[in-house]
Amino acid sequence: MPRLSQWYIKLSFCYLLLGFTFGALLLAHKGEPLHPALWNWLPAHIEWLLIGWVAQLTLGVAFWIMPRYWKEPRRGNTTGAYVAIVLLNAGIWLATLGPVLWLSPFVLIAGRVFEVVAALAFAHAIFPRVVGREG
Amino acid sequence: MPPLTRWHIKSAFIYLAAAMLLGIGLAMGAVVQIPNWLSYLSPSFFHLIMVGWVTQMIIGVIFWMFPIVTRAKPRGNEKFGWATYIFLNVGLIMRVLCEPLNAMNPQGIWGWGLVVSALLQWVAAVLFVYNSWPRVKERYRGE
Repeated sequence: MPRLSQWYIKLSFCYLLLGFTFGALLLAHKGEPLHPALWNWLPAHIEWLLIGWVAQLTLGVAFWIMPRYWKEPRRGNTTGAYVAIVLLNAGIWLATLGPVLWLSPFVLIAGRVFEVVAALAFAHAIFPRVVGREG
Repeated sequence: MPPLTRWHIKSAFIYLAAAMLLGIGLAMGAVVQIPNWLSYLSPSFFHLIMVGWVTQMIIGVIFWMFPIVTRAKPRGNEKFGWATYIFLNVGLIMRVLCEPLNAMNPQGIWGWGLVVSALLQWVAAVLFVYNSWPRVKERYRGE
């Protein structure tokens, strides 16, 4: 497993823990009220699990297992994948903290823009490797 | 494919089918009167998909496919793997049962069922990450 995939996957594990922690608090709060402000964290719970956990894990595993080239560099031009991990995580935090801290709606929008650019950058890096056995 | 992975994957498919079935029931609410307990299962619908189907499938495949730790202990602590499976599934089923019951009887014991459900699922996530973290690495080369 390449180093970059390890970063993607370990970050996704961190988001899994964050998402499940706040999910558990929200669920417990439904049963035995803990604090009314907990509901502010519902968008963060969703963002961390959908984008931080599932999407990020998928990208990390894709970078690892998609077909490689016969010659070095075996994974082609990886710049887009490096750009993507930075932008994706910046986007997740902007999209999380914007609604939770009642910041300007542009914070959430900026987060989503970062996530879109991350998706495009990753696609740019991985598209040439989405090939059949014959190349 | 190790037995634990088979349990995860087969359970994931059952949750997917259950979620789709529940989706039909919830959608019926637009055309006929559905019972209250069914309408309270809307959050469970999403969690059956995201926890029961997606996350459980991922956990099962990771246990199977990620690089081994060592030849002696290829998949880490298998007991933690089984504990993850049991806690995740018992927690999720408890949620599906207790959520509508708690909504209909807010002062009842079902609220504590939700607390236990939350705790079980959280422990499952912690055990999964603890057991899988050492397997996020380069291929095992025997050193």
